[in-house]
Amino acid sequence: MSDASAFSFRAPTDESPLVRRVLIGVAVLGLGLLVGAPLVAVFAEALKQGWLAALKSLGNRDALSAIRLTLTIAAISVPLNAVFGIAAAWLITRFDFRGKAFLITLIDLPFSVSPVVAGLCIVLMFGANSLLGGWLVAQGFPIVFALPGIVLATVFITFPFIARELIPVMIEQGRAEEEAALTLGAGGWHVFRTVTLPNIRWALLYGVLLCNARAMGEFGAVAVVSGKIRGQTATMPITIEMLYNEYLSVAAFSLAAVLTLLALVTLLAKTVLERRHADQIAATHRH
Amino acid sequence: MGRPLYERSPMPGLGLSAGITLTMLSIVVLLPVGALLAKGVSFGPGNLWDVVNRERVWSALFLSFRLSFFAAIFNLVFGTLLAWVLVRYRFAGRRLLDAAVDLPFALPTAVAGIALTALYAPNGVLGGLAQQIGWKIAYTQTGILIALVFVGLPFVARTVQPVVEEIEREVEEASATLGASRLTTLRRVILPMLAPAALTGFALALARAVGEYGSVIFIAGNIPLKTEIAPLLIVIQLEEFNYDAAAAIGIAMLTISFAMLLAINLIQIWSRRRIGYV
Repeated sequence: MSDASAFSFRAPTDESPLVRRVLIGVAVLGLGLLVGAPLVAVFAEALKQGWLAALKSLGNRDALSAIRLTLTIAAISVPLNAVFGIAAAWLITRFDFRGKAFLITLIDLPFSVSPVVAGLCIVLMFGANSLLGGWLVAQGFPIVFALPGIVLATVFITFPFIARELIPVMIEQGRAEEEAALTLGAGGWHVFRTVTLPNIRWALLYGVLLCNARAMGEFGAVAVVSGKIRGQTATMPITIEMLYNEYLSVAAFSLAAVLTLLALVTLLAKTVLERRHADQIAATHRH
Repeated sequence: MGRPLYERSPMPGLGLSAGITLTMLSIVVLLPVGALLAKGVSFGPGNLWDVVNRERVWSALFLSFRLSFFAAIFNLVFGTLLAWVLVRYRFAGRRLLDAAVDLPFALPTAVAGIALTALYAPNGVLGGLAQQIGWKIAYTQTGILIALVFVGLPFVARTVQPVVEEIEREVEEASATLGASRLTTLRRVILPMLAPAALTGFALALARAVGEYGSVIFIAGNIPLKTEIAPLLIVIQLEEFNYDAAAAIGIAMLTISFAMLLAINLIQIWSRRRIGYV
C-alpha cells in the first residue's frame, strides 16, 4: 500500500478522508444555502411579529377563502388524476397495441410545457373569446376565470404524475395474477379490486402524494387561467402573491408557511413510503 | 410493419380504460395545445414572426434560455456530487440531506420565490452580506439564476443516484489494480458511466428552468431587456388581452420545449445503446 498513513488502511476504491470531508462539506453547505435557508426564511418572516400576528393573518377572510378554494381544487383534481392514472396504466400495461410509445409521450407532454404556456392553451381553448368557451359562457358555465378552469390547469400540470408511478410497477408485476383470477371466473371489477389494487396501492398513494403537493402549490398555470379574483378564484399561491405585492409580508409568509408545512409533511410521508414499501414503489421513482 | 393494430388479450376493461385515457388526454392536454397551435396557424407565420422578432421578446427568450443553461450546468456538477456523497458516504444527517434534495419538487414555486427574495434582497440576511461586498443579487440576473438553480436542483441528483448505486466496486478495483490513481478512475471509469444519466437530468433541469415562472418573478425585478423572462411576457400580453401575441410567444416556447423533449429522448436512446440502462 502506498498510503503514507501507518495507522489507517484505505481501500484503493475509497477517496482519501480529506477529499471525503470536503465533498460532504460542499454537499451540506450547498443544500443548506439553497434549500435550508429558504425554508428557515419562510418561517422566520411569518413569525416576525410573533405567533399571534401570523395566526391572525390566517384568520383573514381572503386567506380562509383561498385555503378553502385550494382544498376544493385538490379534492377535485387529485381524484380525477388518480382515475386517469389508473386507466392509463391499465391500458398501457395490460394491452398490446400500436402507438403505445406515442401515447406515453403524449401523457408525458405536460412535464415539458411551461405552466404559463399550459394556462395559455386552456385560455385559448375555453376562454370567452373561443368558440367553445363563448358558447359555454352563454350557457352560464364559464370555464376560464372560474373554478373549472383552475381545475383544468391543475390537472394539466399534474397529468403524468400518477400514471408515471403506476406504469413501471404494473409492468413489473405482470399480468399473470390477474389472468389466474380471470380463469377462476372472477369478473373484471372483482379482479381489479382484489388483485390489482392491493398490488399497486403504495405506488398509487405515492403518486397521489406528489400530485397533491403539486396541485395545491401550482402557480404559473393558475395565475393565467384564474383571473385572480379575490375571494373567488384566488388560490393559496395566488393569494400569497397578492399579499406579497401589497407589502403584507407577515400575511404572505404565514400563508406560505402553511404550504411549506404541507410540503414537509409530503416529503416525510414520501420518505416513509420509500423506506417501508420500496419494493412496491417503482424502482425508477426518482422524479 | 405487419404487426396488427391491437393484439387480442383476455384482460377486461379495454374499452373503459381506453375511453377514460383518451377522453381525458384530449380534453385536458390535446385540445388546449391544439388550440394554441390553431391560433398560430390562423394568425399566420408572418405575423408570428413579427411578434417574436422584437428586441424585447428576443432578449426575454435569450435570457430565459441562457440562465436556464447556466443553472442546469451548475446542477449537473452539484447534482452529480450530491448523488455521489449520498450513496457512497455514511455520515450523520445523510438521510435528512437526502430528503432535502426533494424539497424543490414539493415546495410551491411561489413560496420558493418569496422566500428566496426575502433572503437575497438587499435587506435580507444573505442579500445584506452580499451588498457589503458590493454585490447585488435580488432583482438582477444573479437572482434569477439562484431561483433556477433551486427549481432544477433535484433532477440531476435523482437521475444519477440510482446509477451510482449500481456501479460495481469490482470495476473500480480493476482500475485500481491496473495502477490507475483514484482521480484517473474517476475520470476514465466512473464519470463515463454516470454521464448518460447526468445528461438526462441536465436536460430535465434545463426544460424545467426555461418554463419556470413562479419562483423567478419575485426575485427577478422584471425589468424589460434586463431581467424579464419569457413566460412573464406571455402573462403581460394576456393581461392586455392580446391573445395573438401571447400565442406567438407561447408557440416559440413550445417549440423550444419540444426540441428539448426530443433531445432528452435521443440522449436516453444513445445511453441505452451504450450502457444498457438509463
